[in-house]
Amino acid sequence: MPEATTNSRTTRAGQHRYVAPLEETPLQSVDAVSKESDGSSLWKDAFRSLIREPLFIISALLILLIAVVVALPALFTSADPTFCTLDNSLADPRAGHPLGFNQQGCDIYARVIYGARASVMVGAFTTIAVVILGGIVGAIAGFYGGWLDALLSRIIDIFFAIPFILAAIVLLQLFRGSISAWHIVAVLAAFGWTQIARITRGAVISTKNSDFVTASTAVGATPLKNLIRHVLPNSIAPVIVTATVSLGIYIVAEATLSYLGLGLPTSIVSWGADIASAQTLLRTNPEALFFPAAALAVTVLSFIMMGDAVRDALDPKARTR
Amino acid sequence: MSGYANQATFEPVAAETAPLLQISDLEVGFKTQNGMVPAVRGANLTVYPGQTVAIVGESGSGKSTLAHSIINLLPANGRVLGGSILFRGEEVTEFSKRRMAAVRGSSIGLVPQDPMSNLNPLWRVGYQIKETLQANNIAKGKAADIRVRELLAEAGLPDADERARQFPHEFSGGMLQRSLIAMGLAARPELLVADEPTSALDVTVQHQILNHLDSLTSELGVAVLLITHDLGLAAERAEHLAVMYKGRIVESGAALEILQDPQHPYTKRLVHSAPSLASRRLESAHERSQIAEREAASREVLAETESRDNVLVAENLTKAFPIRGGFGQKSTDFKAVDDVSFALQRGTTMALVGESGSGKSTVAQMALRLLRPTSGRVLFDGEDIAPLAGRDLLGLRRKVQPIFQNPYGTLDPMYSIYRTIEEPLRTHGIGNGKQRRQKIKDLLEKVAMPASTVNRYPNELSGGQRQRIAIARALALDPEVVVCDEAVSALDVLVQDQILNLLNDLQGEFGLSYLFISHDLAVVRQIADEVLVMRNGKLVEAATTDEVFDNPKQDYTRDLLESIPGGNIPLASTG
Repeated sequence: MPEATTNSRTTRAGQHRYVAPLEETPLQSVDAVSKESDGSSLWKDAFRSLIREPLFIISALLILLIAVVVALPALFTSADPTFCTLDNSLADPRAGHPLGFNQQGCDIYARVIYGARASVMVGAFTTIAVVILGGIVGAIAGFYGGWLDALLSRIIDIFFAIPFILAAIVLLQLFRGSISAWHIVAVLAAFGWTQIARITRGAVISTKNSDFVTASTAVGATPLKNLIRHVLPNSIAPVIVTATVSLGIYIVAEATLSYLGLGLPTSIVSWGADIASAQTLLRTNPEALFFPAAALAVTVLSFIMMGDAVRDALDPKARTR
Repeated sequence: MSGYANQATFEPVAAETAPLLQISDLEVGFKTQNGMVPAVRGANLTVYPGQTVAIVGESGSGKSTLAHSIINLLPANGRVLGGSILFRGEEVTEFSKRRMAAVRGSSIGLVPQDPMSNLNPLWRVGYQIKETLQANNIAKGKAADIRVRELLAEAGLPDADERARQFPHEFSGGMLQRSLIAMGLAARPELLVADEPTSALDVTVQHQILNHLDSLTSELGVAVLLITHDLGLAAERAEHLAVMYKGRIVESGAALEILQDPQHPYTKRLVHSAPSLASRRLESAHERSQIAEREAASREVLAETESRDNVLVAENLTKAFPIRGGFGQKSTDFKAVDDVSFALQRGTTMALVGESGSGKSTVAQMALRLLRPTSGRVLFDGEDIAPLAGRDLLGLRRKVQPIFQNPYGTLDPMYSIYRTIEEPLRTHGIGNGKQRRQKIKDLLEKVAMPASTVNRYPNELSGGQRQRIAIARALALDPEVVVCDEAVSALDVLVQDQILNLLNDLQGEFGLSYLFISHDLAVVRQIADEVLVMRNGKLVEAATTDEVFDNPKQDYTRDLLESIPGGNIPLASTG
């Protein structure tokens, strides 16, 4: 042991005994509970930082607008998107028809408004299907591990290796002529779930070894209860972020398929189909192409921006408390 | 000791030597969303050449900020707002970036807190030390290589040649810290700032490292500024001591004087609660005497059958984990726990002590039936717990509850405090909504948390408060045995003391039995009735606490005891 008792030499300048006056730092009780802050969870905190984020406000307003357009298109236009006469072919804008007409003589503005429904619905339902399918597979693989994980992970890898749009084209070929929105949702979901499955699996693996899960086991909770009550709620954040971004991607996919003639039938108004039919007019009448394309771009952009904002809010590293 | 005049009134008299470092009226602040938050306020500190000075304080007291402002390594939002830092008579705060870089390393060295994260895992250790030498223009090329080996040998690493070629992951924590000390001293600085140099290490390793640091610095005549939360350690190693609280130095002076005659209420509190300085088991006298009576009564009943009432018994407990071999190789077994037997008497505390990797947590997991033993049995109330399933297992869960080490991982961040404590009640279908609400209120009161906490979420609470909630959750089912796995190790001394007292009071009130797992013998002494010492999975010593502390039988136990920082410092009796 080093001697601690040898320092009895005279004190040097600047090292005299000093005791601060008590008033300077009044003593608080040990580990006092602060009373000022009100309840906040990860989600409440995230929401609080979101509503101050311009990116989120803009994208949320846009998405709200899109939702209203999808639900009540008649609010925005009184024209019938399927009423087309060649008399109006490529006619200029006029009262009641602010964006003019396309080659078939349909009202472009009305078609842009009514086209939102098909695009957004396909995107939304595909995302829901993907989150359910991918979430379940990923959660089971991550939580139970072992051979089940090995098997499911290989299946995920196999599906991941198949080019998404190519597979959709090949499959939709089978239903050619009678394709409904549900076919498209099913096909997109069948090849799109792998990304969510991978993300869920990773998040579940990193959560399942937490002390609070062990504590819950020690209380007597079964593994399944643990998975549902503790592990999944704590793994959901990255899944939500990815889902928001991929919603935009599925809308693009639907438009791509419609453009290729493998999407919705012509009786259903859709941006993709309108873009396809307007492509030959790019040089002469670009507005027939521009407006559905712009609507598509704005919709996709707002979902991707929303995803970005949510990620920033949920990522504890990016947050400064 | 002459009065407690304000330090600022002393003129630095030209004594036998001039001070090496002189900090006066230093103010440091952090820029945050809510404006400037002061971190260090009006600090005065003087360090003479060759002297060891310690700054003691709890986390958030500003001790690291003070140290880092000396070498201008404050985080990006930190600023020195006032006062002066004189190093060899030159004003450090006015140094240009280049001048500062030149001083860093060559005149002022730094030993960081966490050795595991302070070396780059992609570069060999030798290369990283060489980097230091080259950056400070001490040696180049071949000469540097030779110097690296000398430094590593000096740091107490045998086979320095080979070690220099190894990567950080091949080193143990102690070896890493030795290399970091070698780096800190590579350029023979005049001042070494050691920021909690051993907090991340085992006690015995901590002891060796500090001894090594001591002898090296006194040999080289290097002054050391030691930052620590451990008053015992500071008093043992330093001549001069400064106690920090809420950004201010509340008391400073000769180390021994402060320890034996603390003046400021905060220092008194620290001295009073430092586990290394307390020498006896905590007593909540009233409750414990009641237990003793009850025990005596029950003992009479059981007198014919058994002399002690053992609630939890381990018989020849062994746990082996298979280690997967390379391709085509057979997997081998690693015995994490090897033939461990003990009996926990009802209403008492049994401590399981050992360094990291000694297998003590594995024992805890088996006692909780979170792991099944490879061989041997765990008996609860005389019944083997391994075959339990379904309803019987739920019954066991109700009687044996854990408290874990990491207060930040133990509570589900998505659950409010109410839901957290309610979970065990709900899992076991106890009571209706109203009864549960009442029970949760009672439990919060027991752990001294305000009832308004129920709507809070874990991230609003401090580590100690989270640990109190974890205790409330563990007690919700009225268990008989609580397994505390390093339950206080991650906490500040004062909070640690508070939780230990709480655990002790609860034991008195409910007759709880604790299996208390810890690496810290000083803490064990405060709470345990019996002590088991584990090493490499084996039990090396088992006896009552007093016996282990007063008359250790094994060398290993003696080593552990020797390593308690400040354990040998005579202490004036504190009230």
